[in-house]
Amino acid sequence: MELVLNEEQTMLDQTAKNFIKDNSPITRVRKLRDDGDPLGYSKEMWKKMAELGWTSILFSEEDGGMGLGMAEVVLVTEAMGRGLAPEPFLGTVMLAGQALSIGGSPELREQWLGPIIEGEKALAMAYQEKGGRYDITRIKTSAKKTTNNYLLIGEKTQVLDGFGADAIIVSARTSGEDGEAEGITLFLIPAGTPGMTVTRQWRLDSRNVALVQLKDVEVPESNIVGTVGKGGQLLSQVIDQATVALCGEMLGGMSAAFDRTLGYLKERVQFDVVIGTFQALKHRAAKMFMEIELARSVVMAAARTLDGNDANKEILVSTAKARCSDAYILVTNEAVQMLGGIGMTDEEDTGFYMKRARAAEMTFGDATYHKDRFAALKGY
Amino acid sequence: MSELEDFRASVRSWLEENAPKSIRGKVRDPALAYWGGRKTPLPFPEAKVWLDMMAEKGWTVPFWPKEYGGGGLNKEENKIFNQEMARLELPPPLTGFGITMIGPTVLQYGTEEQKKKYIGEIVRGEVRWCQGYSEPNAGSDLANIQTKAVVDGDDYILNGQKIWTSYGDLADWMFLLVRTDPGVKKQVGITFLLLDMETKGVEVRPIKLISGNSPFCEVFFEDVRVPQKNVLNRVNGGWEVAKALLGHERTMIANAFGGRVAPEKAENPMEAAARKYIGFRDGKIADSVIRDRMAQNQMDESCFLLTVQRNSDNIKAGHRPGPETSIFKVYGTELNQRRMELMLSILGPECLGWEGEGFEQGELDLCRVWLRSRGNTLEGGTSEIQLNIIAKQVLGLPDK
Ligand SMILES: Cc1cc2nc3c(=O)[nH]c(=O)nc-3n(C[C@H](O)[C@H](O)[C@H](O)COP(=O)(O)OP(=O)(O)OC[C@H]3O[C@@H](n4cnc5c(N)ncnc54)[C@H](O)[C@@H]3O)c2cc1C
Repeated sequence: MELVLNEEQTMLDQTAKNFIKDNSPITRVRKLRDDGDPLGYSKEMWKKMAELGWTSILFSEEDGGMGLGMAEVVLVTEAMGRGLAPEPFLGTVMLAGQALSIGGSPELREQWLGPIIEGEKALAMAYQEKGGRYDITRIKTSAKKTTNNYLLIGEKTQVLDGFGADAIIVSARTSGEDGEAEGITLFLIPAGTPGMTVTRQWRLDSRNVALVQLKDVEVPESNIVGTVGKGGQLLSQVIDQATVALCGEMLGGMSAAFDRTLGYLKERVQFDVVIGTFQALKHRAAKMFMEIELARSVVMAAARTLDGNDANKEILVSTAKARCSDAYILVTNEAVQMLGGIGMTDEEDTGFYMKRARAAEMTFGDATYHKDRFAALKGY
Repeated sequence: MSELEDFRASVRSWLEENAPKSIRGKVRDPALAYWGGRKTPLPFPEAKVWLDMMAEKGWTVPFWPKEYGGGGLNKEENKIFNQEMARLELPPPLTGFGITMIGPTVLQYGTEEQKKKYIGEIVRGEVRWCQGYSEPNAGSDLANIQTKAVVDGDDYILNGQKIWTSYGDLADWMFLLVRTDPGVKKQVGITFLLLDMETKGVEVRPIKLISGNSPFCEVFFEDVRVPQKNVLNRVNGGWEVAKALLGHERTMIANAFGGRVAPEKAENPMEAAARKYIGFRDGKIADSVIRDRMAQNQMDESCFLLTVQRNSDNIKAGHRPGPETSIFKVYGTELNQRRMELMLSILGPECLGWEGEGFEQGELDLCRVWLRSRGNTLEGGTSEIQLNIIAKQVLGLPDK
């Protein structure tokens, strides 16, 4: 494993960063938020990202993708993170798309992966329930077998990119008890299926998340993604990949917030000098820099261990998420503090990063969750 | 002794009889705080009647001198009064920068005429005050203020701008720092003025915070006339007043965010949240990391409150406040921020809600209160400035 970008990756990195810089400044996110845009992202922008090939990176050539890996994905999500681009990369590509790619029947893949790669359709994965915290096995949603179908009842919360999605893959219990890894099954439910209500939820980061309510929703057996009862394993495999994609985003976000802070330290004058001359701030800026450098290394490494299917991949995924969560929070807290009163205003972009840092921290497990998982994987 | 007991009995029966039922037991409900003045909406229907009844006895600020409208209570009586308020868990009838900041400063520096006017207005809750210190180029370097005041007959004429003025849009009066002599050392040319916000040429523009609310404002002055009699202390003597007021402000902020002594019987909100969002196993909070962080936080809080108490016991015993007072603002506010971040961790993903479906009101509230708490280490002088003050003035560490 080499922690260096090859020529193609360097190109991808540059084009992605330039694209975001030119097309997705924070003013765009701000406007979507202020307009109360129900979708929370731009379909047109998503299409453009697809044209750049971002949606196809991870899918196999057989499915119409590029057959590249997480090492490339994190370059794209890092760029998106810099501009806090809200397009449905996590929900559509990383969660639902990957679940289909790994576990979907030939028919389901045929039906959905093309439109995902083209940027034509948005999908989501509904796995989180209120009160379940970060444990994907703590679900009350149930699926009961009828003659030919399954009947789903339950409620999912904060479903990433769920509002307006063309289909939602829902985790439901077909057997076993709340908290057990076995007995979870994934069902693909197309939008408009009777009994499924999708309501937009508004979080502090104004991203598209939805409350998905299922009242006797009938789903044919053919819409099962993966194997009956083994959805938990498929889900955690997909979430591990998505976690690293999110870490890429977090790395981009913390870097952008840090750049802004550093610029401010060099320009804001108090006591007749720029505030960057004060050692109290200098040392903290240097520490933030260290944290970001460490985060970058572990994000690169985690991506590569997933691509290589290395034995220690889960350990690195957890290391990356724990570190990125802590670092993003540190950097954004410090940014607001060092910007002074300006940092507290909505007009200043830094607040958007601070809010996103929290939402990202609490997606796919916070630092404490991942430290616990790390220790368990290490066997202590 | 029996005199004090009589006093207690009379306070008790008066409060029992007159305190609105709707606010009893709600000492910690921030939504019940009434800031007074002409523009502030009533937080609950009986707020004004209750305020007037309390003000008539001087009990909105019970320890201020009776001659200016305060309650005139001595230390012992004041303590009893507070205990009786706490017995019914009553929130104070009035709060605001009048009581906590400009009032004590007027009592210290005001002329007889000024004390009569301003202290009375504050006690009766007629006037709400805001603080016009910060300017775009004068934050930590407060002495760098540029708002100019030039003498014209009996008046000053003001031109310039203030920023981050908390509740500038709801205040009736502002106390502010202006430059009256640009030709001398920064600190020497500053005067402390009192300004009626209704005066022609004052323009207030709210600024939106990251929490989505707009509690602070920009305030612009264009040829604003302020009578010379509105100077507090002497002309060009404003810096001394400014610093004295900051002392009151920092104590207030430290108390508001760090203090918060909970009545014994109520369950600590953090424990209640842990019970609800994490649950208990074998009598312990099921998540040992959260449990450890909670214990740390409550120990920090306990040590902090004991330090505040040690300081006030010292003062009561007739000693001068010790160096420990310098740590209140920075420690209290940082403690509050840690408390908020811990609450986020306890709620987990449920704390991410901003508005609308799928979140409980308490969850939505926490999100905003947490965001607002990030300002605690800025307002009233940043933590960095506080630490500089401790290092220099308390520890005697040299600048160069
Ligand atoms: C919620 C809120 C309410 C407020 N309400 C009011 C109000 O009602 N009235 C009012 O007048 N003001 C108010 N303020 C303003 C507040 O007093 C200032 O924000 C504060 O003094 C900092 O000034 P600044 O914002 O200009 O930051 P700056 O002074 O520019 O500071 C930027 C950063 O540099 C650091 N820094 C500056 N100097 C030094 C140094 N010497 N050593 C080390 N670090 C340093 C600061 O600590 C900070 O981290 C409020 C602020 C907030 C956030």
